[in-house]
Amino acid sequence: MTNLSLELINLFAAILLMLAFAMLAQRRIVTLVHIYALQGLTVVCATSVVAYVTHQDHLYYSAALTLVLKVFLIPYILHRLIRRLDVRWDKETLLNIPSTMLIGIFLVIFAFNLALPISKLSTSVSPGTLGIALACMLLSFMMMITRSKAIPQVIGFLSIENALFFAATSATYGMPMVVELGIALDVLVGVFILGVFMFQIREQFESLDISNLENLKEE
Amino acid sequence: MSPLVLVFAIPLLGSLTLAFVGTKPFARNVNVAFSFSTFLASCFLTAKIISGGSILVLDSQFFIDSLNVFLVALTAFIGFTTSVFSRPYMRIEQDRGKMTPNRMRLYFSMYQLFSFCMLLALTTNNMGILWVSMEAATLTTVLLVSVYRTPASLEAAWKYFILCGVGIAQALFGTILLYMAAQKVIAPGLNPLLWTNLNAAKGQLNPVIMSLAFVFLLVGYGTKVGLAPLHNWLPDAHAEGPTPISAVLSGLLLNVALYAVIRCKILTDGALKNHFAGRLMIGFGLLSVLVAAFSLLRQRDIKRMFSYSSIEHMGIMTFAFGIGGPIANFAGLLHMTVHALTKSAIFFAVGHAAQKAGSQIMEEIRGLIKVSPAVGWGLMMGTLAILGMPPFGIFSSEFLILTSAMHQLAWAAPILLLGLAVAFGAIFVRVQPMVFGETSVKRLSHPPAILPVFLHLGLALMLGLYIPGYLNTWFLQAAQIIGGQ
Amino acid sequence: MSLMRVLSQGLATFLSLLLAPLFLGWVNQNRAWLQNRSGPGVLQPFRMLHKLFNKDSVMAQSASPLFRFAPYLVFACMVVATAIIPTLSTDLPLASAADAIALVGLFALARVFISLAAMDIGTAFGTLGARREMFVGFLAEPALLTILFCASLIAHSTALTTIVTNVGQRSFAIYPSLVFAGIAFIFVFLAENARVPIDNPSTHLELTMIHEALILEYSGRHLALLEWAASLKLFAYSTIGIALFLPWGISESGSPTHLIASIPVLLLKLALFGIVLALVETLFAKMRIFRVPEFLATSFLLGVIGMLTYILLGS
Repeated sequence: MTNLSLELINLFAAILLMLAFAMLAQRRIVTLVHIYALQGLTVVCATSVVAYVTHQDHLYYSAALTLVLKVFLIPYILHRLIRRLDVRWDKETLLNIPSTMLIGIFLVIFAFNLALPISKLSTSVSPGTLGIALACMLLSFMMMITRSKAIPQVIGFLSIENALFFAATSATYGMPMVVELGIALDVLVGVFILGVFMFQIREQFESLDISNLENLKEE
Repeated sequence: MSPLVLVFAIPLLGSLTLAFVGTKPFARNVNVAFSFSTFLASCFLTAKIISGGSILVLDSQFFIDSLNVFLVALTAFIGFTTSVFSRPYMRIEQDRGKMTPNRMRLYFSMYQLFSFCMLLALTTNNMGILWVSMEAATLTTVLLVSVYRTPASLEAAWKYFILCGVGIAQALFGTILLYMAAQKVIAPGLNPLLWTNLNAAKGQLNPVIMSLAFVFLLVGYGTKVGLAPLHNWLPDAHAEGPTPISAVLSGLLLNVALYAVIRCKILTDGALKNHFAGRLMIGFGLLSVLVAAFSLLRQRDIKRMFSYSSIEHMGIMTFAFGIGGPIANFAGLLHMTVHALTKSAIFFAVGHAAQKAGSQIMEEIRGLIKVSPAVGWGLMMGTLAILGMPPFGIFSSEFLILTSAMHQLAWAAPILLLGLAVAFGAIFVRVQPMVFGETSVKRLSHPPAILPVFLHLGLALMLGLYIPGYLNTWFLQAAQIIGGQ
Repeated sequence: MSLMRVLSQGLATFLSLLLAPLFLGWVNQNRAWLQNRSGPGVLQPFRMLHKLFNKDSVMAQSASPLFRFAPYLVFACMVVATAIIPTLSTDLPLASAADAIALVGLFALARVFISLAAMDIGTAFGTLGARREMFVGFLAEPALLTILFCASLIAHSTALTTIVTNVGQRSFAIYPSLVFAGIAFIFVFLAENARVPIDNPSTHLELTMIHEALILEYSGRHLALLEWAASLKLFAYSTIGIALFLPWGISESGSPTHLIASIPVLLLKLALFGIVLALVETLFAKMRIFRVPEFLATSFLLGVIGMLTYILLGS
């Protein structure tokens, strides 16, 4: 375990956190997709570094899989969706952005606090990354909550998965290959289904605004 | 080994076959045939486990013991009866133009795939695969819930997907933490995600990591169980999807999610050596019972009402497993079985009742017993059974749960009783005029499927009066596994 | 030896006074080139200062002594600030006189006085500029402090000299917290020096200006001092950035020979920094004033995350 690779993984963790905040602050949907792709790329880099350090070949495969899936394929699908559905701009978020950011800071502190006892116990490459992954996850939740359009919600959902994937590689040297394949398959199928849904939602409601989806309530 | 392979292969093959022939009229029979074969295979598997004890197969990737084999049998059985029920039900829906041949194909194919995912989740030994198959089950049911393509069903499916997707992401994080804890104690060369390996080493798992992992796992899988406050998706998905799907969601999916929670609880209890996991489950369980009971008071849609009743019963089971101990665990397992049988029977009856009335709104369903005594009595008896009237099985399991609550957790018993009483009043008052009174409903174009309703209710009745010896030992063994022995 | 130290300090300060307008000219020249203009040349700020010093200063009738006094104070603040920041060497007498927090205080002092002076005359523009200046300032200062704290956490000291020696002496290491702090610093830098996304330094359009509105009433030598102070502030911020994020090449000893040896490195870094700044200013459009809180909140947030990542990741 060289010092440099540890620093690199920490750096990627930090970049991931930064991208999670960038997502929270971003209004344009197209940029959100770019940020999502960047997130994927960061995860790929981190996975490759861990693979190199720990000499685990299956991590290279999973890095390659992530590269294909999360840097190229899913962003491509999302871009196509955006073009076909013609939704380039998000409305104002439900909460203004500075307050979202402030809540975001508290989420990060909360996540770090939660992960701190575990980080102390960890023997893995870089113990602190677990807290960052958890923080990214919470920030993505937050993004899903504050957006009213369908596509940002889906991107939030996908970036949760990115954060989890990062947690798996950096904190535990990656899950077994079969599990990773299964997760990747689930995500891909999920994106397809959500994509189909968006068309149907638009057909039915003539808008992709999720606030239309509030009819099912208790009387 | 061979029955296990069959248990997977049949639904998978069925899904593929029906993807090709699903548009044909005979597809519904094919669906029943595949489900029946799955049930037969699961019977063989059960016989094998009962005689030979738990087995580990396919490079330890699958593990079957008394706990999950009983759920496998139950899942395959309800899967089969529901396919029998969906034969006339979906035909009527097709006649009414709600389903096109293409949608029928999607429905049948996804139905089999859903069975496959459930069975995979139950039998896998790998905690990661458990997560993957739970997520896959979500995906298939999302498609099934949205099959009518109405605005309401799309909304329900979207909510279901997003909420369960987010929820189950927590479970993945919990699984990662579990893996992290396991890596330290499990010898290299052994797969640290296999439940059997984890179970063997559970005493050494780090308690700090495990407690955090359990919180995430409980919240994650608990979303799928329908535990309050993460239950919002459940009534929508039940109410807006086709009724057979409501039946399998309530009867199977919730059980399987609870099964996942139980597996995690066994590990956590072993690692923590205290009652932390149990207390969390008691809290979530009681909250769910109360939230569901009081939500019942406001329902107008019959399927929504019974889905809230499912939340209530899942809360009772979670509570029972949270208390722990041989009696409560036994009662929890019994409740799981009887609830699955009774609730799916109710949904079968409700499905036909709603078809007769042309509406799911309870005020528009009146006097079922005059037009179709079988459906009317089925609904009435099912309701009495689910409300815990003796001599049905739910009475015995609830009685056991309440008594063990009084012994071990005296303050919780009145809360539980309150929930049960409120639910009783709310449901009974609404069901009574639907069954009796002046009629407003029409005959159906095809004879309804009465057999599954009474088969289920008969079994629930039997379990209330007398539990066969082998079933009893089987429950006791499973309760022991949950107790961590 | 103490004479030598005084001499070194004098040399460094003199150099700062000289380099500051030059740096401003360099940035403006780069901007001109990037916008396909030929530009006024690097020495333009000196010409302007020369011109202004030769002009008479005109005072409004309602001006109080504060108005007259403010330019000197602001200028003095900036000179002291550049002296505190270890630009060439960490071993100068004044460099250890104050730490990073005092530095932020110095900038705040200058800000308060320039704002008071702007309101002193009572014109609408002055008040508007003062209000905006305080608005930007109160958002930017906490952000700047969090950035300085990020670096302080690594060096275990708030003294800039210690930070520079600590970071500069170590072998190359990636600090994620410094990455966050670096990005946040660029945000604060642009806001505090009235650069493009916040304010346009080359405009007198009344609706968008901040800095120009503040000094609208000044003329002659007072204006020259204020312009010089502004360029010193730009220089000071650039050197803070260099000290925190690129401290390699700053001399450890205070002797004039070492000082002179570290000048080329400083010039190189400043030149590069100027190009980057010009690039940023060309690429981005000025934002609405109501977006400024968002911009600076982001910067504050990045600083806080930087500190948090340091605490969690330990680097």
